[in-house]
Amino acid sequence: MLLTDSDQAMLHGEAGGATRTAMELLLATAEAEGASELLDISAAHIDGCLYHGQAGLDFARSLRDGGAKVVVPTTLNVSSLDLLHPKLYRGDPAVASAARQLMDAYVDMGCVPSWTCAPYQLPNRPGLGDQIAWGESNAIVFANSVLGARTGRYGDFLDICCALTGRAPAVGLHTDQGRRARLRLDLDIPDHLFDDDLLYAVLGHVMGEIAGTEVPVIVGLDDRATEDRLKALGAAAASSGTVAMFHAVGVTPEAPTLDAATGGMEPETRIVIGREELNRARASLNQGGGPLGAVSVGTPHFSVNELKELAELVSGRSTTVPFYVNTSRDVLAAAEQTGAVEIIERFGATVVTDTCTYITPIMGDVDGVVMTNSGKWAFYAPGNLGVEVAFAGLEACVVSAVSGQVIVGEEW
Amino acid sequence: MREVGYRVLVDGVATGELLRLTEPLSLWGGLDTETGLIIDRNHPQVGRNMTGVIVSMPHGRGSSSSSSVLAEALRVGTGPAGFILDTPDSILVVGSLVAHRLYGRVCPIVCGPLPEGSTGIWMIDHNHVDPVPGPYPASFSSG
Repeated sequence: MLLTDSDQAMLHGEAGGATRTAMELLLATAEAEGASELLDISAAHIDGCLYHGQAGLDFARSLRDGGAKVVVPTTLNVSSLDLLHPKLYRGDPAVASAARQLMDAYVDMGCVPSWTCAPYQLPNRPGLGDQIAWGESNAIVFANSVLGARTGRYGDFLDICCALTGRAPAVGLHTDQGRRARLRLDLDIPDHLFDDDLLYAVLGHVMGEIAGTEVPVIVGLDDRATEDRLKALGAAAASSGTVAMFHAVGVTPEAPTLDAATGGMEPETRIVIGREELNRARASLNQGGGPLGAVSVGTPHFSVNELKELAELVSGRSTTVPFYVNTSRDVLAAAEQTGAVEIIERFGATVVTDTCTYITPIMGDVDGVVMTNSGKWAFYAPGNLGVEVAFAGLEACVVSAVSGQVIVGEEW
Repeated sequence: MREVGYRVLVDGVATGELLRLTEPLSLWGGLDTETGLIIDRNHPQVGRNMTGVIVSMPHGRGSSSSSSVLAEALRVGTGPAGFILDTPDSILVVGSLVAHRLYGRVCPIVCGPLPEGSTGIWMIDHNHVDPVPGPYPASFSSG
């Protein structure tokens, strides 16, 4: 491993014990990944602020108490608590207390209390070619694919190690070579489906199952694949698979052409995705008939545009079941200016910030199926919350909430 | 038959019953750290227990929270004895290293292909992987 003088200094504790620990862990990981050197990063996003047990808190505290401070602008992912609406938390107060201590430890280290899984919806997001170290699987895939910024998959612990040292292993998606598509996915789908939000989450789910850890290139998307839709696609692909980057020819910044995405080399594998695969995936995420118990949307966190779309759909209507909308405190503040939040609350929905309904006890005991428009929520909630999930587009979620019945719509 | 030439991602020695995961598992959302049980309902090995076993897995999957979950499982004592991966996974590596640093837990991770049809008790011995011949003590009862 080629270390700079500055790397050596950090490794020898010249920047303090916490930074030394961070550099040691970073180097162990870099070696596991086969890196021969580290590179400078300009930003970090920390996933480790979500409480998963004592180990995460012990680690954060050990760094904080060792005097650790981040050396690059560093945002924080969702936590276990909604600090703006603390009464929404229905879990164990001891866990809430530990979760709060974890949040405080990261803020003490100089991180920005953004508490969102969608840091790409914050101001000053990274751009094309920027080297960054992001945690949170949906943020990673969005940064690489949609922003053209360069990040590996930084898990809990390693994320803060990068932020404390300003360094990351120079391998994989940080390099031109690692970003080339080796798997080509052609879409054979009726044109009208590209106007359906749900297509993108379902396509993401299928892509994740096929791609595993590969970088795929999708041929067949067009400018109807908006940022919000690419967000849904990437989040689903990073749940059903380990997709950390995809290209979409003519849509994502590093794929103006197929050749640009592949580096001019023919992909090793080419797969056609048609209506049949999409319907199968859609059915696999739909477990429930029966009465509707609740609705949850906004995984990843809703953008201002998505809150506006929801406001248009729910205007003048009322929900008959608990209806949760997850977003960030920054997006909420921006959307409040537009009047969308007031309409959504008049509908009877509960806005959740700083956290998300599938990672912390907010929903309580639900009597019936929970409906969502998120492939990621549909994938993880059954295991995390023990609920049955119905999966449909945003409009179907609203129609179902108004009627009290699960209406997922016809198969494609 | 000794399988040699494994790449060491986290060094150590561990013995346990082999649990072959036929698909990658995200520990976050997939492992209950209180019980060690696999809870991802979409996973073929859902319901199996990871406590004290040598987990063989193609690669990691999904959420970047899996480092925390692995470290917590190792802290509590519900975590696996070690991992044999087909491809390196830094998220598991970091989880294992932090558990060692904070609690002295050793959970070696090696990378390399395991022979088809491997079952029973296996040992990770630094860069070697060995099947342990039976009969096995009752504490290793399979299932």
